[in-house]
Amino acid sequence: MELALSREDAAFRDEVRAFIAQNYPAETRVPNPETDLSKEQMLLWHRILHKKGWIAPLWPKEYGGPGWSITQRFIFEQETTRAGTLPPLAFSVTMVGPVIYTFGNEAQKKKFLPRILSGEDWWCQGYSEPGSGSDLASVRTKAVRDGDQYIVNGHKTWTTLAQHADWIFCLVRTDPTAKPQSGISFLLIDMKSPGVTVRPIITIDGSHEVNDVFLENVRVPAENLIGEENKGWTYAKFLLGNERTSMAGIGRSTRYIERLKKIVKAEVAEDDPAYLEFFREIARIELDVLALEATELRVVAQMARGIDPGPAASLFKIRGTEIFQNITELTHRAIGNYGLAIREHPASANYFMPGPDYGHTASEKYLNARKLSIYGGSNEIQRNIIAKAVLGL
Amino acid sequence: MDIEFTEEQELLRSSVQRLLRDQYDFDARRKIVASEDGWSRKQWLAFAELGLFAASFSEDVGGLGGGTLSTMIIMHEFGRHLVVEPFVETVVLAGGLLEHAGSEEQKQGFIPDIIAGATTWALAWTEKGSRFDLANVATTARREGKDYVLTGEKTAVIAAPWADYLIVSARTSGHRRDRGGVNLFVVDRSAANLELRSFKTIDGRRAAEISLRGVKGQLLGKEGEGVTALEACRDRAIGALCAEAVGAMVELNSATLEHAKTRKQFGVPIGSFQVLQHRMVDMFIAHQEALSLMQHLNLSLSADETGVSRLASGAKSKIGYAGRFIADQAVQIHGGMGMTDELNVGHYFKRISSINIQFGDPAYHVLRYAQVDAAA
Repeated sequence: MELALSREDAAFRDEVRAFIAQNYPAETRVPNPETDLSKEQMLLWHRILHKKGWIAPLWPKEYGGPGWSITQRFIFEQETTRAGTLPPLAFSVTMVGPVIYTFGNEAQKKKFLPRILSGEDWWCQGYSEPGSGSDLASVRTKAVRDGDQYIVNGHKTWTTLAQHADWIFCLVRTDPTAKPQSGISFLLIDMKSPGVTVRPIITIDGSHEVNDVFLENVRVPAENLIGEENKGWTYAKFLLGNERTSMAGIGRSTRYIERLKKIVKAEVAEDDPAYLEFFREIARIELDVLALEATELRVVAQMARGIDPGPAASLFKIRGTEIFQNITELTHRAIGNYGLAIREHPASANYFMPGPDYGHTASEKYLNARKLSIYGGSNEIQRNIIAKAVLGL
Repeated sequence: MDIEFTEEQELLRSSVQRLLRDQYDFDARRKIVASEDGWSRKQWLAFAELGLFAASFSEDVGGLGGGTLSTMIIMHEFGRHLVVEPFVETVVLAGGLLEHAGSEEQKQGFIPDIIAGATTWALAWTEKGSRFDLANVATTARREGKDYVLTGEKTAVIAAPWADYLIVSARTSGHRRDRGGVNLFVVDRSAANLELRSFKTIDGRRAAEISLRGVKGQLLGKEGEGVTALEACRDRAIGALCAEAVGAMVELNSATLEHAKTRKQFGVPIGSFQVLQHRMVDMFIAHQEALSLMQHLNLSLSADETGVSRLASGAKSKIGYAGRFIADQAVQIHGGMGMTDELNVGHYFKRISSINIQFGDPAYHVLRYAQVDAAA
């Protein structure tokens, strides 16, 4: 399904498509880009996009954005996910960047924004803590003012790719006496500061994506506070709003469905009754994708007219993640007995994997996809948001 | 229909429980899985000493005559502790085939060593493209004197890397997918011209791709009855794997319930949220149904009732879907912790995922169950 594009927008789409085809680095086409790439490899495409001026579609032009319309942004998102390019560093470009240019002071904008765009600084997110998953406002990490510094103590967890990060943006409690939401501040912390320790968390797929980050008497210059002290919750909510709109994942789902069809054709004989069963299940998923894509296009059209979808955006997170989980599950089933095997890490060690190449990542993706309905606000929380904010229940 | 265990069965259950509680907690298991071979010979011998390998075999071959129900009792407890040692492969699959299809000489020659814990076995029936069809065999066997010579490829054979013996399905006649012409052979795993490439499975076990280039094998069972023997073997395997899955469900449900009562968010235990209460009620119901069906299947297997093969498929499907639902929700309700390698929940999830592949996934078996009606 395509938006009815104007001639300019159609030309823009062609330009994006051609740019990806000509410039996407071949060495990042590995079996599982999410786990198999080094930090340097992950940054290759980021730097190419930066050079082109396309790294931050959402950002206003004055801070280095390309100045695209909502439709153009959507086209870019669609083309890149369809082509399966690595996304820009989400925590840097999509999350902390907009917080800094919206709520930060001039010095912070000047210091951080260019380095985010160039990929020089890699950011990670210090939101979740062992005791606060869905209930973010319950953060316990403490920051105590001491002259022109804060002294930070606490434990952040599920910190994605903290092992690569130069900076972490943290929610910290600066007023322990206030109501949970009102005593929180938004602090930028240099990962090289003394007292910062990163400990890997290995997930059920065997990969190392997330980490614990321990903060012990970390001294942070007060100039790294974003906005006002104790107003951090406002900035955090602003950021989470940005996170949720990009979770429909239509392009990714479409790509994986095409792949799944090829796998079923290769693995299941046409006269096996399972063959039709698979295609019936695939058809149901395709219809889910079609309906979600149509909803996304409808919302994009509304946004172009200035109508904010607001909390209804939660539906993209819910359905997008459920759909992708179904696809990974069906793919795992399609490879039959080879679904018993799983790649060992690190991928660079090239451990033996049985069966055809197309099945080598099926197990790990199936397992890894379980996280989708948990992170970024669990799907239960997203349903609560719709119930409360949309349905008024 | 509830199974009231005999005194002997109760004794078996409590002794397995005691052994596993004392020696096979999650940390002990983690160390075993991380070891070079991924299983513990020490544990294996402890199981043998307790009589777990003797339990199901008939007295004629040196067993205790406990049959299917003793296997069910053992596997349920093994499921609760995520035991990785090759009990199913050695005792249920190979032991069962030897006992039911083997010659007197083969029974007396091989089963006592199994009971003593001296040998481990693996069953090599799957091939590239065979999916879950027992008759889909391309590997060939050619007669040479009193032995046979096997040539072909077997795939994803669990416990093969260090098994002493393999039982291999191979074809003496007919085309791929013909029922006739498939036979079973006992093969020495260290035999000449046999090559293995090992890999790890999602549930922490070891498996191998096997290449046979003229490997000597000894016929097991009557010529031409390989598929029939394998079908009965699959039924018994399903009985055992379903018991194991139900054991895993018990642990997942109790861990999830405990978590829901203690984990606080928004100032209250998450178990106070109605959406999670209803979810956990459904998990409870799924376990109750799975337990009942699993017992029903094992009782039917032990009575050797007609139509038990169809029931096995039905149970594999229903219990497979129930297990997946419970495992999915246990991970979900545990949140990020459920995703970690550190917590046991994810490991139960992976074991259930693996059980759901072995001998056919739930979708395959519901179709097999339906086909009987469709053909009638």
